[in-house]
This record gives sequence, structure tokens and C-alpha cells, in this order.
Amino acid sequence: MSPAEHLTQASYLAAAGLFILSLRWLSDPKTARRGVGAGVAGMTAAIGGTLLHPEIVSYTWIIVAFAVGTVIGVPLSRVALTAVPQRTALSHAFGGLAAGLVGTAKYSLWLHDGELTTFRIGAIGIEVILGYVTFTGSLMAAGKLMEIVPTRPMTYRGQNVVNLGLLAIAAGAGVVLLFKPEMWQLFPAVIGLSLLFGVLLIMPIGGADMPTVISLLNAYAGLSAVAMGFVLENKVLITAGALDGSSGLILSIIMCRAMNRSFTNVLFGAFGQVQTGAAATEARTVKSGTPRDAADLLENAGKVVIVPGYGMAVAQAQHRVREIYDQLTKRGIDVKFAIHPVAGRMPGHMNVLLAEAEVPYDALIEMDEINRDLPQTDVVLVVGANDVVNPAARHDSRSPIYGMPIIDADRAKFVIANKRSMNPGFAGIENELYYADNTLMVFGDAKTVLGDIVKALAGESTH
Amino acid sequence: MPVLDLWSMAFVFLLATFVGFQVIQNVSRLLHTPLMSLTNAISAIAVVGSIIIAGEQKSTFSMILGTVAVAASVTNIVSGFLITDRMLKMFRERRPKS
Repeated sequence: MSPAEHLTQASYLAAAGLFILSLRWLSDPKTARRGVGAGVAGMTAAIGGTLLHPEIVSYTWIIVAFAVGTVIGVPLSRVALTAVPQRTALSHAFGGLAAGLVGTAKYSLWLHDGELTTFRIGAIGIEVILGYVTFTGSLMAAGKLMEIVPTRPMTYRGQNVVNLGLLAIAAGAGVVLLFKPEMWQLFPAVIGLSLLFGVLLIMPIGGADMPTVISLLNAYAGLSAVAMGFVLENKVLITAGALDGSSGLILSIIMCRAMNRSFTNVLFGAFGQVQTGAAATEARTVKSGTPRDAADLLENAGKVVIVPGYGMAVAQAQHRVREIYDQLTKRGIDVKFAIHPVAGRMPGHMNVLLAEAEVPYDALIEMDEINRDLPQTDVVLVVGANDVVNPAARHDSRSPIYGMPIIDADRAKFVIANKRSMNPGFAGIENELYYADNTLMVFGDAKTVLGDIVKALAGESTH
Repeated sequence: MPVLDLWSMAFVFLLATFVGFQVIQNVSRLLHTPLMSLTNAISAIAVVGSIIIAGEQKSTFSMILGTVAVAASVTNIVSGFLITDRMLKMFRERRPKS
């Protein structure tokens, strides 16, 4: 090994260590920003070490690519925080694309030089399938989150058979390549099928399943980086990919548990179909009130819990929520936020939005912990959340969300729920919480309604 | 490739996965969104492989694919680290009561 190569390997070793530290520091919000510093340092070291590589004959295109990546990357980092789920999906797509392209390039080079070993074909096969599935799958997810692609699940009879069949054919073609490397024409077929499978896999998935799907795509992106590491025999890539993959897997497991569902059920269950005729609509009445009524209830409470959901993000109402928080805490009222793991469109979505609105993070409480407090809570304010507070999940075994852990909003003395109208939520499931005797519905756009509550609390007229 | 390399890579994968599980289970639940953008930026270390393919210029085809792969990875590095830091800056503790 030449001194330059030793230096390159040393930079990779340092990068791997820094990446692990980077994630370790995320265990506490106080040290978390140090983690970003460690990640940047590791990345800089690894890139610096790679640029020393003796096989590089020209830097022109590398510099061009760095410029292009920076020009795309900087605006992508400045999106509104409500758009973070789609940004994340796009970045999984870029990660998958890079893996797929590197695998394709290596295949063509080794095919040309006659250096394709069985191991290399196998590793490249896994890399390109995972990479391209992640690429188109994540693009579809981003499209759904941006509402360019219809967000409701698109399903048809035999869908799962078609999807699994496609994947099986792609994998089968890869296996044939292992034994007959001369049939290189199969390689483009593997690529095409993987791209198609990614699209079809995400088509039947609805908005409420996005937290799970984004986590799963994260795991795929990580594993495709691992496969790339095996192809290029690069240990820092294997390490970073494994960290990314295990993170995606852990988040997927947390999301699935929070919905009481399995991976297969999320991917092949097509949850969100409208249940025709299932909801025998009895004429039930709800109690509806004005923002003033809501303000009166809140004002006279000793303990208030706010349950935010995706509706808060859609209405961009997080700042109004913070103003309510300020008004109430000023009066000495104890205000907490109840965060369901799948609230929003990606893991941790609500925390980021509320942090942006300057709600202190020690007021953001996880589901299990807040459920212990809810029976002693005077008022629960539900903002844009629906299924995660539906008591049917606890006792109605016919409900599609039966068994899903929920925030026990119904156990508080009073509930105030804001909704645009009485239309049932995402899964077409009636929410009995809205019909309860101790629930007050305040209809209207979240931002407007909450703004009026703030005004009422501040003592201004709402008219 | 010597057989030993394959096995040492498999060891790295196994150990890194276990370290990943341990470290990530300890990540604060508050920070799951920044966690995802940070791991995303970190796994864009794929850039090191793409750089060599773009720079060794063995064929036009591989050079083009390598260049696009470098651009895609750099996008993730730049936007991933920047947005993670932007989000983490927002997490503040309760202000002391005045």
C-alpha cells in the first residue's frame, strides 16, 4: 500500500467513528447539534481521503457534480418544515438513485473487462434492485406527499399478486445472471422491473401510512448503500449504510407498533379504502360551540393537554397553537402536548413543527406517558388529529383501527375538537369521540378557529 | 477478491448493524425527524464510490452515471446536514420563569 492509500483508509476509519458519535449525540436535544458537526467532519474526511485516490485521472466532472449537488441541495434544506416529509422522501430517492447508478456503472465496466465474478454479480444485483426500487418508490411517496400523485390508495384486484410477481421475476433474472453472466441482456430487464416495482409498491399506500413507508424506504436506502459497499469493497460505506439501514428499520418497527400493524399489512393491506356501507350512520348529534366557548373551557382548566395531528400541519396552525400555549401558561395552567408516534406524515413530524413554533420540547410528551395523566386532565384540545384519538381502537373489534394504541383523550373531563366539517377522517372511520357528551366540537379551519380562541383568551372580541 | 475480504466485510456489516441498533434505540423520540435527515446525509457517503467512478473515466457511460451519482449524493449531503442543523436549532427547553 502506498502512503496515499494508507491516508485514504485512515480517513475512512475516522469517518466511521465520527458517524457513530454523530448518532450517539442525538440521544439528547442538548448535545444533538454536536452530532451534526461530527457528521460533517466525518464526511469531509472521507471525501478528502477519496480525492487522493490515484485512479482519479480528471476532476472536471467531479467538480461539476459537486456544484450541481450544492445548487439543488441548499434550497432543499430551506423548505418549510411542513414539507419535511416530502424532502425526506426525495432524499431517499437520491440515495437509491446513486446506489443504482453506481451498480450499473460497475456492472458495465466489469462486464467489459471480463471481471464479473459470481460474488460481484450477486452484490450488484441486490444493490441495483434495492437502489432502483427505493428511487421510484420514494419519488412516488414524495409525489403523494406533495399531492402531485393522488394521495388516496390506488388499488385493483390482484394487485399484490402482480407486485410480488414482478419482484420475483426481477430477482429470478438476477439469479439467472449469477449462473449465466454472458446473458447480460437480462441486466437492463432487472433495472426496468425494479423501477416499475417501486412505483407499483407505493401506489396502494395512503397518506396515514406514510410514516411507516418513509421509514421503510429509509431502511431500503441504507441497505442499498451496504450492498454498494460490498460491490466496491468499501468498509466505510458498509458501516454508514448499516447505520442508516438499522435506523430505518427501528423507525419502521416503532411506526408499525404504533398502528398495531405488520410490515406486510402496511405494504399489501391497502388500508385506506373507503368502507362502503360499513358505517351504519345513525343520526347522532354532536355538540358544537364557538371559539369563545372553547376559550371559556380552557381558561377555567387547571391541566390542559393538546393533541396535534396532520391537520395542524396542513392548516399551518402550529404558531396559533403556541399562542394558546402561551396564553394558558401565563395564567398558571399546566399545558402539555400529547405526541402520537404516527401523528403527521413522518416519524417525529409534530415535534419539529412545534419546536419551530417555539414550544419548549419538555412540554412534548410521548403517548404512553401522557395517557397516565389524561384521567386527571381537565381539557383536551384536539387539533387536526383523528384516528389517533378514536376510542373505537380500544373496544370496537370491528373497527379497522382496532388494537391501535391511541391517546386516551376521551378519559379527560372535557374534550374540545377542531375539525373542518363532520366528514369522517382518512380511513372513513367514524370517530365516536366527537359524539361523546363531554366533547365540544368547534368547526372551521384550524388556523382561523385557533386564532379566534387566542383572541378570546386575550380578552378581545371575536366578532 | 480474496475470500478473506468478503468475510471481513461481512464482519463490518454485522458489527455496524449492532452498533446502529444500540445507538439509534437511544435517540430521543423527539428527534426522529432530524435522525432521519442525519442518517440520510451520512449514508450519502456513497459519494466516495461515485467520485472514483466519475474520476477514473474508464468509459463515457460509467463516467456519466458516476457524475450523476456524485451529484445525487452531494445533494443529500448538503441538504441533509443543513436541514438537520436547522431543525435541531429549534429544539429549546422551557424558558426559566421570569
